[in-house]
Amino acid sequence: MPSKKALRAASVNRTRLLTVGAVLTVVGLALAIFGWSTPSLLLGGKAVLFLAGVALLFQGVNRLLQGVLGRRVDLTLWLCVGWLVAIVLAAILAPYLPLGEQNDVAKTLLEPSYTTPALLTEHPLGTNNQGLDLLARSIYGARTSLMISLLAVAVGTVVGGTIGVIAGYFRKGVDSVVGIFTNALLAVPPLILLIALSTFLDPSIRNMSLALALLTIPSMIRLARANTITFAQREFVMAARLMGATRMRVMARELVPNVILPVFSMAVVMISALIVAEASLSFLGLGIQQPDPTWGNMIAEGEGGIMEDHPHIVLVPGAFLFLTVFAFNLLGEKAQARWDTRSAKL
Amino acid sequence: MRKVALRIGELAGVLFIVSFGVFLMLSLMPGDPAVAILGEGHPPQEYADLRQELGLNDPLLQRYWDWLSGAVTGDFGTSLVPPQSDVLDRIGGALPVSLQLAVMGLAIALVLAIPLAMWSAARAGGTVDRLIGASMFGILSVPSFLAGLLLILIFSNGLGWFPRAQWVRLSDSIGGNLHHALLPAVVIALMELALFTRVLRNDLIVTLNEDFILAARAKGMPPWRVMVTDALRPSSFSLVTLMGISLGRLIGSTVIVEYLFALPGMGSMIVNAANQGDYPMVQGAVLVIALVYVAVNAGIDFSYGYLDPRTRRVDA
Amino acid sequence: MTEHVLEVDDLHTTFSTPRGLMRAVDGVSLTLGAGETLGVVGESGSGKSVLGRTIMGLISNNANTEVTGSVRIAGQDVHEMKPGARRKLWGPEVAMVFQDPMTSLNPVKKVGVHITEALRLHLGLNRKDATERAVDLLRQVFIPEPVRRMKQYPHELSGGMRQRVVIAMALACDPKLLIADEPTTALDVTVQKQILDLLATLASERNMATILVSHDLGAVAGRTDRVAVMYGGRTVETSSTSRVFANPRHPYSEALIASIPQLRDAPHTVLRAIEGAPPNMLNPPTGCRFAPRCRFAQDRCREEEPLLRDLGERDVVHRGACHFPLEIAYEGVS
Repeated sequence: MPSKKALRAASVNRTRLLTVGAVLTVVGLALAIFGWSTPSLLLGGKAVLFLAGVALLFQGVNRLLQGVLGRRVDLTLWLCVGWLVAIVLAAILAPYLPLGEQNDVAKTLLEPSYTTPALLTEHPLGTNNQGLDLLARSIYGARTSLMISLLAVAVGTVVGGTIGVIAGYFRKGVDSVVGIFTNALLAVPPLILLIALSTFLDPSIRNMSLALALLTIPSMIRLARANTITFAQREFVMAARLMGATRMRVMARELVPNVILPVFSMAVVMISALIVAEASLSFLGLGIQQPDPTWGNMIAEGEGGIMEDHPHIVLVPGAFLFLTVFAFNLLGEKAQARWDTRSAKL
Repeated sequence: MRKVALRIGELAGVLFIVSFGVFLMLSLMPGDPAVAILGEGHPPQEYADLRQELGLNDPLLQRYWDWLSGAVTGDFGTSLVPPQSDVLDRIGGALPVSLQLAVMGLAIALVLAIPLAMWSAARAGGTVDRLIGASMFGILSVPSFLAGLLLILIFSNGLGWFPRAQWVRLSDSIGGNLHHALLPAVVIALMELALFTRVLRNDLIVTLNEDFILAARAKGMPPWRVMVTDALRPSSFSLVTLMGISLGRLIGSTVIVEYLFALPGMGSMIVNAANQGDYPMVQGAVLVIALVYVAVNAGIDFSYGYLDPRTRRVDA
Repeated sequence: MTEHVLEVDDLHTTFSTPRGLMRAVDGVSLTLGAGETLGVVGESGSGKSVLGRTIMGLISNNANTEVTGSVRIAGQDVHEMKPGARRKLWGPEVAMVFQDPMTSLNPVKKVGVHITEALRLHLGLNRKDATERAVDLLRQVFIPEPVRRMKQYPHELSGGMRQRVVIAMALACDPKLLIADEPTTALDVTVQKQILDLLATLASERNMATILVSHDLGAVAGRTDRVAVMYGGRTVETSSTSRVFANPRHPYSEALIASIPQLRDAPHTVLRAIEGAPPNMLNPPTGCRFAPRCRFAQDRCREEEPLLRDLGERDVVHRGACHFPLEIAYEGVS
């Protein structure tokens, strides 16, 4: 009977999945731990070993999960979601967490400086030149980075989205004026615009958010406008207008609900771009200033020969930055694939 | 022809608005330029004289007009920070460095992205494809300053292959110049490489499903030839568009890389000027960068229309 | 009988899809001698295009495709060969004309390049000779001003002209076997006849064996020696074209023929359409695959699969796969 055969094949397959998964997990874990802790290799060699270990571990766990649950699981997606939930929670709860000192140098006079990361110690991720705790600084940095980026995306989405819908619905004069200003904003490369803005804006969280919001507005306008134009030609909009709906009502009730999904997925994609922009600006010394930590200015501490002796000064905030950007990128990609088939290609 | 004229008019309008925006932004700057130039502790009359001399007491529009008419003739004023050199001279010295880095970065990205994308597309769904896809996605998530620091850590510090933070002019020594420019250019290339590879791969996969690919294979063409002459060419148009889209990012990473490697380009110049509140420098640099950016983008627009025979004008 | 140009024996092409196995071609055998023309007819989804491509070797074994049985072109098994050797067949031995001339020419390549590249690859001609020969080929497919056309891009030509280019491209290396996969489906009705006649003329001039794949029985009638009617991945009836038309034995062929409009039909004749939809190839019905749509189906048809058997009388080759073949209408046989 074919069904029995299929069943047997499935169970063989499952046993194989579990064995291979277990082997990969163990080897990966061993390699990663060895790579992390071995004293006998250069940093590069350690990193390669560690990364290879993590890759194997990932494949192993993926197979184990598939074997146990009997279906494929998007492990990367769940890891990303997990990381984001953890980092957001940590950022919100930072003041209540038992963390080391993050910005008051006066309190760390007696703390050792440049301690290397060692889990299960007082400073699990090490300290910087002034003895400030890197874990605490990374989490407070997350607080700043996330607050700025989310605020900027929110402002940019609301403002850009509204202008875009209006321009797309009214067309004609409104549209061309909006078009010229959008083009003018897009005529300056984003980072250059930010640098120019930073020459006369105080680097506060509010100003940074506004400056970054300005960056997101042109693309939001374009996206919302293009989608509005498409939908405005559909029958249901025509039907609403024929029933005597006002223009405000057509926009609010018929267009916005349709435009909102692609705009939302674009917003998710933009969060990571803004985190990078904020970090870049801080790195260039034009963003949030020391001693308040952001990932960008923490990484900048490694400049001037310090990184060469104490790589963890760069690697610790760098890892936070990378993981967060990666997670948002992945989420954004999934969101666009799902809700915005038009711009998903680019 | 009329279309071209219209487009140029539009570009001029956009640049005009940009110039006004740049001017306006920087004249709203807090702090007194006169103090910035002379330093503290001079008699008030000296500051007032200098302000008069700089034209800071004129109405805003008048100042904008003076500045713009100067800018058009290449006079961006002088830097506020010692050495108070001519802004245009400084830009003239810095621009070639940035252009070289950006072009090298772009070239490296293309040289690597095209074969990677072809390899990936030829084995779509296979291990190679997934490996390349995952690495490119990973690279996209590494901000360029972080990538730069990591590469310095590995190649300059660990392996000692490349120097850290020096610049040799192309005119002085070609070998020396390339040796110093390579690592920064690689950092600039990374992000573009990832983007190009991903987009080109997806595009190639779409093209490879076309009937004309099957027809070319049915002629007995070897797979690599089908890939290069039949699939790559139609797909390369989207690569050209993509280069336009990613140009802003390219300029951004060039700025960061110059700052990171302390290279004497536009990027480190503008960052330093911004840090010191040297507004004529920032104004001039932003305007020049916007000009280059808009011009290259327009060029890409036009070349796109010319490259693709389907959109090229047909002579009857 | 002399050596066949093409021998296909019990060919199966199976795709594994996420929803299960799809047996697109499910046991087809056929032979073709030099200069012979065969029409392969069936609805869309009957597996006829996949058959054409599997014969070519364009579809071959890979991760999610399984080909069993054998295809012999010029005595060599296409699916046993190395890819490089197979490519050497494509052009000089076997060539293909594709369905849609809008998509089967590369939009960024000039017409000339499309033709010369095969000449240079297979025949090793230099640029000049290849160009001369390509111009000659364009002339043979009746393209006016061939020299100028060589330098044009596909989008500058009309659909009919493009299909002529595609034909010239296929003929470039004088193949012994031409597979034309729905060569006129995408063309205007007025152009269809021209292209079909052109193909027929070229085939007889060159003594080239031809397989004309089509969903349109009218296209096949009068232009092919033999016809094979396909349904659900299988041949359900095969014989000489005139005989199948005059005297279909399988209810499906009969229904197909009845659905062709005839000039001699009285005005307002209602054409008889075939009820129902082609079988789901992921899960074909048991028994005869046509049974669910067959007017004559009986219990046996739904249980036992009919095999292709000889239905001809005396020395006439006429094979069909039906438990209850239609009666021979003697007055119809000439």
